[in-house]
Amino acid sequence: MAYLELDRVAKQFGAQTVVDDFSLSVGKGEFISFLGPSGCGKTTTLQMIAGFLDPTRGAIRLEGKDLTAIPPARRGLGIVFQSYALFPHMTAAENVAFGLEMRKVPRNERAERVRAALAMVGLAGYEDRHPRRMSGGQQQRVALARALVIKPSVLLLDEPLSNLDAKLREEMQIELRQIQRTVGTTTILVTHDQNEAMSLSDRIVVMSQGKIEQIGTPQETYEKPASAFVSQFLGKTNDFAATIDRTAAPARLVVGSWAVPAPAGFNGAVTVSVRPERIGFGDAGLTARIVTRIFQGNHWLFQCDSECGPAIVIRQNDGKAQPAEGDAVRLTWRPEDMSARARESA
Amino acid sequence: MSGVAEERGARAPWALTAPALMLFVGVLLIPLAMTVMLSFHDWGQYKGIEPVFILKNWYEIAADPYYAEMFWRTFRIAILTTLLTALLGAPEAYILNRMSGRWKSFFLLVILGPLLISVVARTLGWALLFGGNNGLVNKLLMSLGVMRSPIPFMFTETGMVVALAHVMMPFMVLSVWAALQRLDPQIENAAMSLGAGPVTIIRRIIMPQIMPGVLSGAIIVFSLSASAFATPAIIGGRRLKVAATLAYDEFLNTLNWPLGAAVATLLLFALVLIVVGSNALIERRYAEVFR
Repeated sequence: MAYLELDRVAKQFGAQTVVDDFSLSVGKGEFISFLGPSGCGKTTTLQMIAGFLDPTRGAIRLEGKDLTAIPPARRGLGIVFQSYALFPHMTAAENVAFGLEMRKVPRNERAERVRAALAMVGLAGYEDRHPRRMSGGQQQRVALARALVIKPSVLLLDEPLSNLDAKLREEMQIELRQIQRTVGTTTILVTHDQNEAMSLSDRIVVMSQGKIEQIGTPQETYEKPASAFVSQFLGKTNDFAATIDRTAAPARLVVGSWAVPAPAGFNGAVTVSVRPERIGFGDAGLTARIVTRIFQGNHWLFQCDSECGPAIVIRQNDGKAQPAEGDAVRLTWRPEDMSARARESA
Repeated sequence: MSGVAEERGARAPWALTAPALMLFVGVLLIPLAMTVMLSFHDWGQYKGIEPVFILKNWYEIAADPYYAEMFWRTFRIAILTTLLTALLGAPEAYILNRMSGRWKSFFLLVILGPLLISVVARTLGWALLFGGNNGLVNKLLMSLGVMRSPIPFMFTETGMVVALAHVMMPFMVLSVWAALQRLDPQIENAAMSLGAGPVTIIRRIIMPQIMPGVLSGAIIVFSLSASAFATPAIIGGRRLKVAATLAYDEFLNTLNWPLGAAVATLLLFALVLIVVGSNALIERRYAEVFR
């Protein structure tokens, strides 16, 4: 079942552990993102899969075979680098052809595959351009074509979109997803951009300080963050201190002056996370006062001062009247919109 | 009011560059023009320099194969020196570039070493190692029975090439190093991931990209070697002359200044022509890499 498997992989530089106890199994054709802040070990993990670094401990297996025993030049992985690392002295076609040349693909077939690869990334007709005469987006496409033309067993993307401007990045995200769907190549993307990870991947591996915080689908990691780090890193969130009281039936969750039916599984002091777009203004709930109200076109952003500390609320601009700055409000949400976890000792 | 200020503003750049400009004109352009003029003057053993306009010196240089031989030797030595520095300097720069911080700065100093030592001490050092029967290396090799007679070094073109390559090496290494630092740090990994081995990476990926650096280093080394004076003077003396030592001899030993001036002028123009020409060729050839 597992196509690519990382088994308790660790990497140490001297006394410093950069990646620790990293286990992941990737299915064939899956699109996985390694998401985390800089220095969380995501690029190091990618480089170990690529073979540019050797793991200190653990095993990396591709279709059951030990990958670490194979030199990087013979792993047959396609890699797109953050800087693209195109060969500046070669034309786009020569860049794409390089991997095929190394594989001794006959000239005719090579030319055909290069043409097809460049056409796939939307660069038909750019065969004879040199990289320095192409825009950042075009270079990115050449790099993608160069990595895909060798029909890699796994495609590794190292922050490939971070050098593009916001609009182009969005376009490339959609295109990257479409290409990956069509080609069906198992893909691993390293990124620090949560939107990129969420819009592209089947599953996200959230990393922090060399450790995996959570592995899950974009919805899972967003809706049910496994740790405070995940909920903070994936979009905005509100954390409230709460208590679960199971002495009376039915069990109650008390947050501030508001009590709601308790979710299963916890007892005592907990932290509840609620996404700002899930909070509404109602008749019962946390007492709060609106501090600032910001209009952002399709939605309103409220910063509130609640009885449990500062809170942010996002309301869709549906044309209805919204509370003004200084108004006293009640913050309310449905029980299923909050996720509770044992309170971390501060 | 504003007109005056504007006028003053327009004059300011000239006023500010005037001292440097005057120095440039005074100590470079005027003597150069005078040397060119001098090459058209007449000279005789007893009458000295006569300020007339004749082509005698130029005719002599063109007609007498002695001068052609000098110039060929000069350029042969310069070309061989350039080749030697490129062959040794480019790999040296590549290795230097891959070293870690502390070793890198140490070896950079070692590479710059030849430039920090006086030309006399450096060249005589070579002479101590290889000079005739008393040279240290020669003595050793002969006492070991490796060779019967000393390696000829003094008064040979080989000696000049070796000694020149030694001092010119820093220019080549630094020039290639500058090119290497412009490489994408992931470029070797990219080639490796596509299936290229170490030899292919160097030959197909690294070499073409540092070629502009090698060539600009070659232009520096070539022009400096072709016009070098001190090293050929010490190694070749008056037995094995090159263009620069020839001009010197004409000026200070024969006292035939006009002929010396003609030799110097010819050397200068030949060099300018070669350097400008090859530079234009390189820029056209590597337009894509330079951009």
